[in-house]
Amino acid sequence: MNKKVGLNFGTLFRWEGILVILIIGTSIVNGRLSTHFWSYAGIMDALAVFLEKGFMVLSMVFVLIIGDIDISVASITALSSVVMALSYKAGLPMMLALIVALAVGAGCGFFNGLLISRVPNISAIIVTLAGSSLYRGIAYILLGDQAVGGFPSWYSYLAWGYLGKTNIPFIIVVFLLCALIYGLILHRSTFGRKLYAMGNNLTAARFSGVPVVKIKQIVFTLNGLMAGVAAIFLTSKLGSSRPNIATGYELEVIAIAVLGGVSPSGGRGGIVGACLALILMRLLRYGMGLKNIPGQVMMVIIGIVLVGVVMIPNLLSSSKRRIKITKLPE
Amino acid sequence: MLVRLRGFREFGIIIFIIIISILIGIRNPRFLTWGNIHDMLLDTAILSILAVGMTMVLVTGGIDLSSESGLALTGMIAGMMIKGNPHFSPLLMLLIGMVLGGIFGAITGLIVSKGKVYPIIATLSMMYVYRGITFIISGGKWINAYEMPDSFKNMATGKLLGFSNLITIAIVVYLVFYFFVNHTRTGREIYAVGSNIEAARIIGINTEFIIWLVYTLSGVLYGLAGVMWVARYASAQNDTASGFVMTIVAACVLGGVSISGGVGTISGVLLGSIMIGIINNALPMIRVSPFWKMALQGLIILVAVLVNILISRNAERAQLKRREARALYHE
Repeated sequence: MNKKVGLNFGTLFRWEGILVILIIGTSIVNGRLSTHFWSYAGIMDALAVFLEKGFMVLSMVFVLIIGDIDISVASITALSSVVMALSYKAGLPMMLALIVALAVGAGCGFFNGLLISRVPNISAIIVTLAGSSLYRGIAYILLGDQAVGGFPSWYSYLAWGYLGKTNIPFIIVVFLLCALIYGLILHRSTFGRKLYAMGNNLTAARFSGVPVVKIKQIVFTLNGLMAGVAAIFLTSKLGSSRPNIATGYELEVIAIAVLGGVSPSGGRGGIVGACLALILMRLLRYGMGLKNIPGQVMMVIIGIVLVGVVMIPNLLSSSKRRIKITKLPE
Repeated sequence: MLVRLRGFREFGIIIFIIIISILIGIRNPRFLTWGNIHDMLLDTAILSILAVGMTMVLVTGGIDLSSESGLALTGMIAGMMIKGNPHFSPLLMLLIGMVLGGIFGAITGLIVSKGKVYPIIATLSMMYVYRGITFIISGGKWINAYEMPDSFKNMATGKLLGFSNLITIAIVVYLVFYFFVNHTRTGREIYAVGSNIEAARIIGINTEFIIWLVYTLSGVLYGLAGVMWVARYASAQNDTASGFVMTIVAACVLGGVSISGGVGTISGVLLGSIMIGIINNALPMIRVSPFWKMALQGLIILVAVLVNILISRNAERAQLKRREARALYHE
């Protein structure tokens, strides 16, 4: 066990090294594309615009590490945002509306977790696939094809404001705080070790006394909660809420986590890699934006990157590792 | 026992379809007119073809989320082709669609089988890749009805034996795949791979080929459905069938296909598709806002999955009890 962990950390560090090199390379290219890139404000703003996805990445890392997947996060974000906007419109103070958004997110995640952890032989894929339809569907029922805006002016501070008198974007501070907490939980607590144990061998973990059901429940609830956090910042950024916001985020969030070295089959990866991948993805998007590449093409590129990142190591060691299509009965 | 239960299950869906049809018919008598039933079957034809492809993928334990955008991409290419070459016969277009879809499906299949990428990751990526390519090749423009020759649009409006051609195509697809899945060696091997991939490999089944094959066949079918879709709605758009994969999966799980592989019948999927067709058709007729459709679909998938699990658990328990009784008897 110890030896295996050591080996994993070795490959991880190497992977993170590659990510850093890629980040530097992309930055140099971006710098050549735009003269404004190499300035403090340029870099900070480039990163801040993107960070609502970062919140989702953090908890998605947990989900992937235990060997599950959650494709309903984008829909949870949409539903949280819509409910938040509607409850503000109904007269709730904005502060309470924010808490409502978090509660809706956590509630949806809890519902996912409830089914995935308690019902035997159910797969996270189908629950969250159905969930992604259900949650966004509820958002459509609530709001139709309308948009709700007109939030108080301080609300836009969350996504656009700077911390105090400094010129550090507020969202970056919040994100770093969250990343620190998630990193500590994952890498420095027994809870984190249990996540890796579950991802490496769920059955063994259960027989070693890991409370598998409870942990799955927590992890999916956290993922919903972070989707709620993302909803708050995304809505603040957009200034209004619609049922179709955050479409396609699930792909990008999973892609970032996997690009960061988190294995979708569970048991491998970490927060640092995911954060580096987040920066890399943002810089790539920034560069593509400078080159006027449309969003649809970006999605093509992201899709190819995701498949490539998973596939290339598999092809290199195809004789050693075998695909595990069927899961062991729980 | 399992066979009997599955038969019982399909019987249950039929009963449910009859009851729900009568109830909707009471609310809105127009529902049960021949014209409406024919329209409903016409909509179901495309869905049911897609569901066959999805079923084979699900049976191997995978999932093909890329089918909806593969459909859009083949539809768009077919639309652009027919716009440039109005003399192409509809049959040729269907063939082109199947070949194109087969190529897209084969690419996805290679990523899953040779590249060993998890089906969910691979097909989620390809879903966005195919959708993006649709935008790129079309330049964001639609192909409209007036740009298509009448012969092509007649594919959907023309009739054979009182049924629209699309329904005839769906029936042919069902007959072919019913035979393929149940009465050919390769067809049975799909189930073997889905039930126990290790065992399948040990008895000499080329599991990689089977997995590649199901995605390719899924591609062939969504290619076919893509051309049919464009003919039916007489337009090829960039967001054709966006979100439709939920409907396809819903039809499959309603029809008793297990998402963890190994279980699922062609006849069950047909019933599942018809059921979804009825629900989609009935909602506007009983004045439910179209905004409910998405949430209802998610709910249907969840309920169907839970029911499937309940049924299979009961079946397993009954089987265990039977084995226990036999053991006692032999003692």
